[in-house]
Amino acid sequence: MSQVARGKGRTGFITGFLILPLALYLTFVIWPYIQTFGYSFTNWSGQSPTFDFVGLENYSALMKDEVFRGALWHNLLLLVFVPTITILLALFFAFMVNAGGRSGAGGVRGVRGSAVYKIVYFFPQVLSLAILAVLFGAVYRSDTGGLLNGFLAKIGLVDPARPVEWLNQPNLVLWCLLLVVVWHGVGFYLVLFSAAMQSVPKDIYEAALLDGAGRAQTFLRVTLPLLWDSVQTSAVYLGIAAMDMFVLVSTMTSGQFGGGPDHHSEVMATVLMRNFLYFGKSGYACAMGVVMLVLTMILSVVTLRATRRERIEF
Amino acid sequence: MSMGSTGEGLGRRDLIKRSAALGLISVPTMSFLSACASGGEDGSTKGPDKGLVSKENPFGVAKGGKLDVVVFKGGFGDDYAKAWEAAFDKKWGTTSSHLGTQEIAAKLQPRFNGGNPPDVVDDSGAQQIKIDVLAKGGQLADLTAVLDAPSLDDPSKKVRDMLIAGTVEQGTQGGKFVALYYVYTVYGFWYSGKLFKEKGWTEPKTWDEFLAVCAKAKEAGIGGLAHQGKYPYYINVVIMDLIAKKGGLEAMKAIDNLAPNAFEGNPAALAAVEAVYEVVEKGYLMPGTNGLTHTESQTAWNQYKAAFIPSGSWLENEQLKQTPDDFDMKFLPVPTLADSKLPFEAIRAGAGEPFIVPEKAANKAGGQEFLRSMISREWSTLFAQQANSLTVVKDGVDPNVKLRPGTASAVAAVKTAGSNTFNYLYPDWYSEMDAEIQNASNELMAQRIQPKEWIKRAQAAVDKAAKDPNAKNNRRS
Repeated sequence: MSQVARGKGRTGFITGFLILPLALYLTFVIWPYIQTFGYSFTNWSGQSPTFDFVGLENYSALMKDEVFRGALWHNLLLLVFVPTITILLALFFAFMVNAGGRSGAGGVRGVRGSAVYKIVYFFPQVLSLAILAVLFGAVYRSDTGGLLNGFLAKIGLVDPARPVEWLNQPNLVLWCLLLVVVWHGVGFYLVLFSAAMQSVPKDIYEAALLDGAGRAQTFLRVTLPLLWDSVQTSAVYLGIAAMDMFVLVSTMTSGQFGGGPDHHSEVMATVLMRNFLYFGKSGYACAMGVVMLVLTMILSVVTLRATRRERIEF
Repeated sequence: MSMGSTGEGLGRRDLIKRSAALGLISVPTMSFLSACASGGEDGSTKGPDKGLVSKENPFGVAKGGKLDVVVFKGGFGDDYAKAWEAAFDKKWGTTSSHLGTQEIAAKLQPRFNGGNPPDVVDDSGAQQIKIDVLAKGGQLADLTAVLDAPSLDDPSKKVRDMLIAGTVEQGTQGGKFVALYYVYTVYGFWYSGKLFKEKGWTEPKTWDEFLAVCAKAKEAGIGGLAHQGKYPYYINVVIMDLIAKKGGLEAMKAIDNLAPNAFEGNPAALAAVEAVYEVVEKGYLMPGTNGLTHTESQTAWNQYKAAFIPSGSWLENEQLKQTPDDFDMKFLPVPTLADSKLPFEAIRAGAGEPFIVPEKAANKAGGQEFLRSMISREWSTLFAQQANSLTVVKDGVDPNVKLRPGTASAVAAVKTAGSNTFNYLYPDWYSEMDAEIQNASNELMAQRIQPKEWIKRAQAAVDKAAKDPNAKNNRRS
């Protein structure tokens, strides 16, 4: 790199390439951030170019806002569970599909039919979140016309006169949404981990097998350490998804921009949008946006730091 | 193959990976943050097109100008607007641009902020920009001049004389008339004439009779009341109508005027909430209705799975495809509680689909003229034909237009009600309070709170709204 930088002509050449993307980045990413930061100190209504400066009023109101605090708590819950469950499931399936099979001495292969599984598992990823919301809306439907309720009523676990209102139950709604996210994500991370596993040289596995390692040992001692980079990146990605959740919550749950019943599935993004577009408190919403940004940055840095460990190259 | 570790420092690969990961953070947050960014404050300085003001042209529309129309393309479609624009262009020589969309807020917010809004907007639907918010921001033109302009059908009368009662009041924000609510709507319960005939049930006029029909429905194995649980807006219609009927117009105004005893200490309010709760307690709700969307519950009701459903008179048009031919849809005013101040015949009637002219519209005169034209028999009939609904124009529909059974029964109910109509304004004035009361109603219907708790929460929402410095601008008497 330093050699490249030394040549003056080359510097100009490279700068020429970088200047346009940089300008675009500054205009469409950095500038809105700065604007938002500015708006968060105003009482801007969002529908008019006029507003007054109110200092830190929005932020102090935010601290006292129980709905926003509840939403933050939900985001944190999701942040713990979404990456953990998705990654564990994806790792398990990926291992079974790639190295879980056990036939023939020294053979390292997936369970029978693994090629099909890989494709089938990827299906959910192909669907857009909007379609997913409709699909799972039909699964969670609150009368016996819903897939879950219909099934449970058939086998006698649910009284047809009192079906489970999945998305209208304060203590169920968040977990129902969590399931959708996990269902959606596992396939993608399975493929990601599969690719990483396939780049692990087979002789490592063979050596482990010759040494008499079982499935669990092979996984824990060989596969996981070699996959750590992928797992780490996945954790950050999934963590970000857990901080967002807007599309699913806003379409599947009750309330303006979702969040119901009675704020039990609220996430920061839904509270933000409601204040921004519906209540006409856009300055306040911008303060929420800033808080979201700061939190997400902190979390990403923490995730990357916390999961840092020795790297193994092969 | 080598196994080694790079413990210290950042490798090049590492650096790229990390910065990529950090960059990704921007993805979810950015969409929200960039939504917050406005388009700046450049007030458009181009002079508005102006023509000569005359009796026929009270706002001075310039011939051959441009007219920018944006309409909500929802249950009424947007064919009616295209027909209007064609008529307008023909008369004034203008070139109209038309946008029919469901994404009103997304499409218009940048334009309002940028100071280049359209000339006419039908600001409706789930993504409408709230009228109270627009009005507070000074974005709406004062349309009083339209009300006082001569009407097209009879120049000796003013436009305001052609409107049914309540239209002006509903479109008034902070003392200014800023929105023309155009589609006339009545609210109440709906039932199937066929089902009632088959079962030998009669139209209930009191709440006890209503509960009796619900009980019979339960015996027959169907739900008594279905409601659009995912949108507690609908069950609030029932609760609020019961309050208005039992406590009279004073009780209704107390809520709109954010009185400290709007709900708490108001016996009419408690009686109303308890009455609705009785339906829940006795198990008369259609199973699962609390979690259904409006289309899901209305379709179930169309399949005879429930006796009653609350809604506005757009219901018939909305359910056109799902309603069996012989369903015989009927409107029912909300039945009365004992000692009600308003009679059974009284109904909530109001208007939907607010049409506005932005203050900064390039062709404000054209926008005003467009609204004046809407209050004509010609345009009103066009609407009734294309959108299958009534308008706020008095006797505005040609009697030759044949109506469907539900709309016909609603029209009959309007005639019977006469001047006995009422309408709440708080949902338009106080979005946040409305949302909080809806939440409470959702909890009530799911039996997670009791009527007394509902009253407490509703009053808290009222008290909170009363603290809003803008609250003093809205007052009704």
